[in-house]
Amino acid sequence: MSMQGVQDEEKIDLTKVEAKRLRARSMRLLLSLVRPVRRRLILSFSTVILSQAFRVVGPALIAYGIDQALPLAVKGDYIALWYTVGAYLLAATATAGLTYFFISYAAKINQDVILDLRQRVFVHTQKLSLEFHEKYTSGRVIARQTSDLDSIKELLDTGGNEMIAGLLYMIFTGVALVLLDASSFAVMLVSLVPLYFLTRWFQKQTRINYRKTRVASARLIVHFVETMTGIRAVKAFRKDTRNNAEYAGLVEDYRAVNAKVIQLFGIYDPGLILIGNLTVAGVLMIDGLRVIDGALGFGVLTAAILYAKRFFDPMEGMAMFYNAFQSSASALEKISGVLEEEPSVPEPVNPVPFKEHSGHIEFDDVEFHYSNGKTILPNFNLDIPGGQTVALVGTTGAGKSTLAKLISRFYDPTVGSVRIDGVDLREVANEDLRRAVVMVTQEAYLFSGTVADNIALGRPGASQSEIEDAARAVGVHEFIESLPDGYNTDVNKRGGRVSAGQRQLISFARAFIADPAVLILDEATASLDIPSERAVQNALRTLLAGRTAIIIAHRLSTVSIADRVLVMEHGQIIEDDTPAALIAGTGKFAKMHKAWRESLA
Amino acid sequence: MKPMGTVATLLRIFPYAKKALPRVILGTIAALGAHLFALTIPQFLRNLVNGLQDHGTVEKLVPAVLAVLALGICEAGFVLLRRWLVLTPGTHVEAGLRRTLYAKLQELPVSFHDKWPSGQLLSRATGDLSLIRRWLSFGLVLFVANAITIAVGLAILFTYNWLLGLIFFVSSIPIWVRGFKFEKNYHSIARLSQDQAGDLATSVEESVHGIRVLKALGRGDFASAKFARDAAELRGTEVKKANLIADIWIYLILVPEFAVGASMLVGVWLVSQGQMTVGALVAFFATTTVLRWPTESVGFLLSMTLDAKTAITRFFEVLDAPIEIDDPENPKTISEPKGRLEFKNVSFKYPDAPAEAAPLLDGVNLTLEPGESVALIGITGSGKTTLTALSTRLYEVTGGAIELDGIDIRDLSREELRRHMAMAFEDATLFSASVRDNVLLGRPEATEAELAQALEIAQAQFVYDLPEGLDTKIGEEGLSLSGGQRQRLALARAVAAKPSVLILDDPLSALDVDTEAMVEDALRTVLTATTALIVAHRPSTVQLADRVALLENGRITAVGKHSDLLATNAHYRHVIASLDEEKEAIR
Repeated sequence: MSMQGVQDEEKIDLTKVEAKRLRARSMRLLLSLVRPVRRRLILSFSTVILSQAFRVVGPALIAYGIDQALPLAVKGDYIALWYTVGAYLLAATATAGLTYFFISYAAKINQDVILDLRQRVFVHTQKLSLEFHEKYTSGRVIARQTSDLDSIKELLDTGGNEMIAGLLYMIFTGVALVLLDASSFAVMLVSLVPLYFLTRWFQKQTRINYRKTRVASARLIVHFVETMTGIRAVKAFRKDTRNNAEYAGLVEDYRAVNAKVIQLFGIYDPGLILIGNLTVAGVLMIDGLRVIDGALGFGVLTAAILYAKRFFDPMEGMAMFYNAFQSSASALEKISGVLEEEPSVPEPVNPVPFKEHSGHIEFDDVEFHYSNGKTILPNFNLDIPGGQTVALVGTTGAGKSTLAKLISRFYDPTVGSVRIDGVDLREVANEDLRRAVVMVTQEAYLFSGTVADNIALGRPGASQSEIEDAARAVGVHEFIESLPDGYNTDVNKRGGRVSAGQRQLISFARAFIADPAVLILDEATASLDIPSERAVQNALRTLLAGRTAIIIAHRLSTVSIADRVLVMEHGQIIEDDTPAALIAGTGKFAKMHKAWRESLA
Repeated sequence: MKPMGTVATLLRIFPYAKKALPRVILGTIAALGAHLFALTIPQFLRNLVNGLQDHGTVEKLVPAVLAVLALGICEAGFVLLRRWLVLTPGTHVEAGLRRTLYAKLQELPVSFHDKWPSGQLLSRATGDLSLIRRWLSFGLVLFVANAITIAVGLAILFTYNWLLGLIFFVSSIPIWVRGFKFEKNYHSIARLSQDQAGDLATSVEESVHGIRVLKALGRGDFASAKFARDAAELRGTEVKKANLIADIWIYLILVPEFAVGASMLVGVWLVSQGQMTVGALVAFFATTTVLRWPTESVGFLLSMTLDAKTAITRFFEVLDAPIEIDDPENPKTISEPKGRLEFKNVSFKYPDAPAEAAPLLDGVNLTLEPGESVALIGITGSGKTTLTALSTRLYEVTGGAIELDGIDIRDLSREELRRHMAMAFEDATLFSASVRDNVLLGRPEATEAELAQALEIAQAQFVYDLPEGLDTKIGEEGLSLSGGQRQRLALARAVAAKPSVLILDDPLSALDVDTEAMVEDALRTVLTATTALIVAHRPSTVQLADRVALLENGRITAVGKHSDLLATNAHYRHVIASLDEEKEAIR
């Protein structure tokens, strides 16, 4: 179905059905966010009702002062005046107190809602499978979690205060005017007609444009993030000048749609003021005639004018809210799209208990295609007994990495099943699986934080000595000690100051400390120099004892520690034996090994 | 650097808003005009009420109503004018700032980017800049217009009655006092909140870029917990910020209302004493209503101004950063590049390394004759990659010099230097663009034949099998390609640039043995004519080079042929050749 998840996310002109679907989806998300805070919302709502009610009393008291207390005062009786003023001050104090409470209370609610949404999006994107992350650029995921969330935050910041207060203020002003003088209210009622049409127009125009703003802003972020993360390549290949031009284009696109939105508001807002002023003139005319007829006092006239004038006061704030609302509605559309994406490797509902494992891996009639239909593994069967160390060899594209990703359940097989100790991986709780299976890849990403934090990522809560032991095991301890703050050195952004080889060693230490039953090394030694690789291999010999291990490596040196070698080609195993037997034979591996030996000479 | 005052900081943005300034000033005048029209309306009310009081007639009513109507239309017209004047230029200023920031960030040296998480940079380029725009085209305009309006309004109140005017004037004092106090408190918390938002953006970014690691280790929950802590901190700051705002609102509501209450008492008394007309009293209250919004808006305009100040400070933190690695004033040029690369006593220490630490490179001497290829060997962390980065001025030498064809590379423009030298990085960064654009990044004008040749040398013919061949858009950072595929494209990119010096940082690490052999064969044809510095970890890669240089303790300790060094140099054997035990093991 169209518009499912993040599909067609950049589409601007939607059909009615599509638009309705998006609205319903956003609304569901909004409601689910509001539900946990509904009690507090009601309380905050009540304070608004009260505060606005007190606020509206003001002009009526002024009217009373002029029409009733003034004639009495002229006669020397000031008691009514004192009461009126007292009541006025009381109302004002109540308004101020309640407003204070409301603003700080509403801020807490808003922030809780934002926090909730932030976490939901974050946790959900973490849950989404690698397949999603591979096609949905990281810049867009970041845009969803930064600029889109900001626009929702802005909505709540202005919204909570302006919208509810404004609307109630208008209603109460209306009610007060009805009570004070119904025919003045009738004039004001007429003004609602142009107000309605103006708002309708504004709403229609902005909705499309806000959608465009979100798309343009996401593109801007994608480009920005890519440039900053790839700054070395940008500089080395002199992409900077071209980048400036490209980025300027994106900036201008964003500016143009943004300006369009702002201009719409620039018409809407004066439109509101115009309607307000016309209403004041109308009230003045009609009530003026009634004053001439003696049917109305000056006090009521004053109050009617004050009410008519103030009636439109909150409209500007409400329009701003509406602005923020439109902007965040498009943001909600996008965010709800991401949240709608289902992880293609879902967690089981009733996971099978999976605590003790020997690490026996089975592939049972497994087929695997990527979502574009390209077949990687056609009918694949494999049995790896627990504790065996298996080396996977073969050309690029033979399906080695796919095999590794299936065992660590980054993907699920299209047909058939992958089992560890007889349990289908689809039935294992994610947490149990990750404890049992750990994969180290060539891409060794370091997170900001200390070196120790980065190693402890393999097992949160690991002690300092455990961390050091792991580092020592892979031979990176001396290097870490040589850093300015040793293990507490901050590896800034993307491990800037740590060389690729050292990064890989740290990520090895991370896997060592995780202590899994099944360890998968996917090209994990590619960037290591020979002394480091030797250290790692020595460490592997002890580490791999009693564990199942899958090693993918081009360097046949790694193969030496394997019990068994699988040679893969086009998704199939073409050779399967001990390293010694294969080398002695005449097959593909024997040839590869010979070529490799020669390259060492 | 000592913190700047609010006004001084705000003023710094004006040079960037020069073009918009005339319209901003006109917009402020329009805003003021609109307010003044609104303030005039009560004058007519007074005359009307006073006129109606002694036997009013329709003839008296109609002109007054028409006047109010006309003023009302004028007010709306001026608001329209204000918005029309200011809004579009505001977006241009924002776009200009964004381009400036981006260009500056690209100019800044790699060492700057090492220090700054890109989430912090991102939050500057997005949220901060739109804040500045809103302040410039809305906050500033209204701040000035509202302040003048309040002053004029107070003066008008004095004309109705000096005593009532005085009440309002005196009552405004606590608001100002409170406002200044607010400024002090709010400012630090606004800064904190923006920084925390930047940190949060960094967390988000890392969680996305490091998704494979998090998934492989099953640490999604761990990352989420950390994110939750950061987000909760931001929440706390935002709540504090809201409390400060709530605090000032009390004053903004209470003080004017008390003034109105007091005015009612005094006003009614004055009228009863015959010292003031009813019309004047009505007009007085109408005027206070007009002034209500400008007064109340002081609160959010103040907070907006302070937010803008923080955003401007953060903007200039980037803009003020020294470029460090700059073009020379009179750059020399190399008309006929030969490709002779010479390292003369080069030393280097990272700027953030501790003072007592020894330099990473300490007197490197190495010469690559034109067409010669040299393999650079050394243990992990010995500074090989750093040395390659120095030769294209991604970092700057801290001592000695690097010369290309006899010219110090600091005397060349960076553009020219990098045209002569192309790099293939160990982590192959690809951009979201077509395969073609990625490969031709260093030389967009290359012909199809040259492109095909580069792809062949790098054994990257797989690209022809992609859904749209060379026009296939490869994902951000080339994530949908395998490590080996990315590395081959990065190699093709360096080759396609046809530089006189090729710098290859462990360019074949992710390739399988067969492919590696094919790439090496093809590369040899290129390397006969091109000078090359090749960082190598493997004997197989070393085979590509004519000579080998051993980097040890920050110096080149040995240069020579692979076989010679193997025979004579123990450290060399340790680094590159001690696979004997593996050979034994596998035999």
